Amino acid sequence: MCLGVPGRIVAIEDEQRKLGVIECAGVRRIVSLHMVAEPDQALADLVGTWALIHVGFAMSTIDEDEAHRTLALLAELGEMAEMAEMAEMGAEARGEPGGGAT
Amino acid sequence: MKHVDEFRDKALCQGLVARVASLVPQVQRKLGRAATAPIKIMEVCGGHTHAIFKYGLEGMLPETLELVHGPGCPVCVLPVGRVDDAISVAEQPGVIFATFGDALRVPGSERSLLQCKARGADIRVVYSPTDALALALAEPARQVVFFGLGFETTAPATALVVLDAHARGVPNFSVLSNHVTIMPTLQALLAAPELALDGFIGPGHVSMVIGTEPYEPVARDHHKPLVVAGFEPADVLQATVMVLEQLAAGKARVANQYQRVVRAAGNPRAQAVLAEVFEPRETFEWRGLGWIPRSGLRLRPAYAAYDAERRFAVANLSLPDHQACQCGEVLKGAIKPWQCKVFGTACTPDTPIGACMVSSEGSCAAYYNYGRLSTVRRLKERREVTP
Ligand code: SF4
Repeated sequence: MCLGVPGRIVAIEDEQRKLGVIECAGVRRIVSLHMVAEPDQALADLVGTWALIHVGFAMSTIDEDEAHRTLALLAELGEMAEMAEMAEMGAEARGEPGGGAT
Repeated sequence: MKHVDEFRDKALCQGLVARVASLVPQVQRKLGRAATAPIKIMEVCGGHTHAIFKYGLEGMLPETLELVHGPGCPVCVLPVGRVDDAISVAEQPGVIFATFGDALRVPGSERSLLQCKARGADIRVVYSPTDALALALAEPARQVVFFGLGFETTAPATALVVLDAHARGVPNFSVLSNHVTIMPTLQALLAAPELALDGFIGPGHVSMVIGTEPYEPVARDHHKPLVVAGFEPADVLQATVMVLEQLAAGKARVANQYQRVVRAAGNPRAQAVLAEVFEPRETFEWRGLGWIPRSGLRLRPAYAAYDAERRFAVANLSLPDHQACQCGEVLKGAIKPWQCKVFGTACTPDTPIGACMVSSEGSCAAYYNYGRLSTVRRLKERREVTP
């Protein structure tokens, strides 16, 4: 129900009614941009922006920098865990008691 | 697909799973739990439940971490009485009843909307409330009723369509509102003494509307960490790590894993249309959870003309669940779906007895469709040995 999909705003369909065209996995669809349109901003400025689409409405813009940051953090976490695992395997190989994950 | 595939990366997820595995014993020690006593984290939102099963996360995580599936699936919490109310409206002559597909098979006391459609009612599945308004414009001689369902994620869309109908003066459009809000429900859960949870994964898409601030009481008053999360597997796993890290450090804060979509203050425009059109009901019934104060939304008097409850004198029925139904316990996380006596036998997605088996976000349907039997069996055995 609360499902949302990311789509890119590719065109403005109706400036007055705040309708835009989004492309989502190759499919184009008309959605309302009302909830993501800044009151003092031209709707056209949104073209090229990614947004989270829910039941025909763009509900939030996607912050690409934040997306990159999250991914970088995720990758780092993964590496950390991997290193901890390797350290543990090394310790085991040397016959020392394993640390951490029991 | 961009903003999706990156967060499904296998290696990334494996790294996170390893991190979870190393954190759980630390948390157990910090909380003074036995090494066999599981840490319990509730994912509030049905979208997360769906992701957890679809990607088999439960099977990847250590057995000492239990994900408790919460009540955040609006279809699953729709009570029998409201389904009957919907049917009574849908069966009136001249009505076109427009609904999201998810709601079609939710059992009422005698039948579901789908069965009501088979008996001749004009029930149409729509993808958006906008489609329902378009139907009203195309069929001026008919009454079009939109079945408003969903949390704060969906309610602003319904609200905006009501405003649109009002601006255009569409006389034959109305909304049967079953919209609900998340915080009163979370509060009710936290107040339930039998519930032993260590932390929460917060709903991502509700939060893109309401922001992260409304959750503060969870951390401040109940001392439970809550991390708002996205819906891809790496999102859910990272949020799990973030909850565990807080627990290991003895902290309880509201945090946001889903920064790319959720802002701390939410979406002010969506909040504004929501507040313009809707107001909280004194109380609202949830399937399995009973009546929760101020948890439901109805149209404000200024938009009474678009309120199907007034237009069709809806009875607001309150009816008991099916006798065999244990959805209430499942929704509270008190039992696992497969512990329900009718799970997978009398109750299946084709013949649901309870609503949790209907929606793809319901935990019973998720277990039924994705739960690898071996996992269910393993979990079952574990449960039976360590109650
Ligand atoms: S198996 Fe069916 S009746 Fe039992 S809790 Fe799940 S949905 Fe409800």
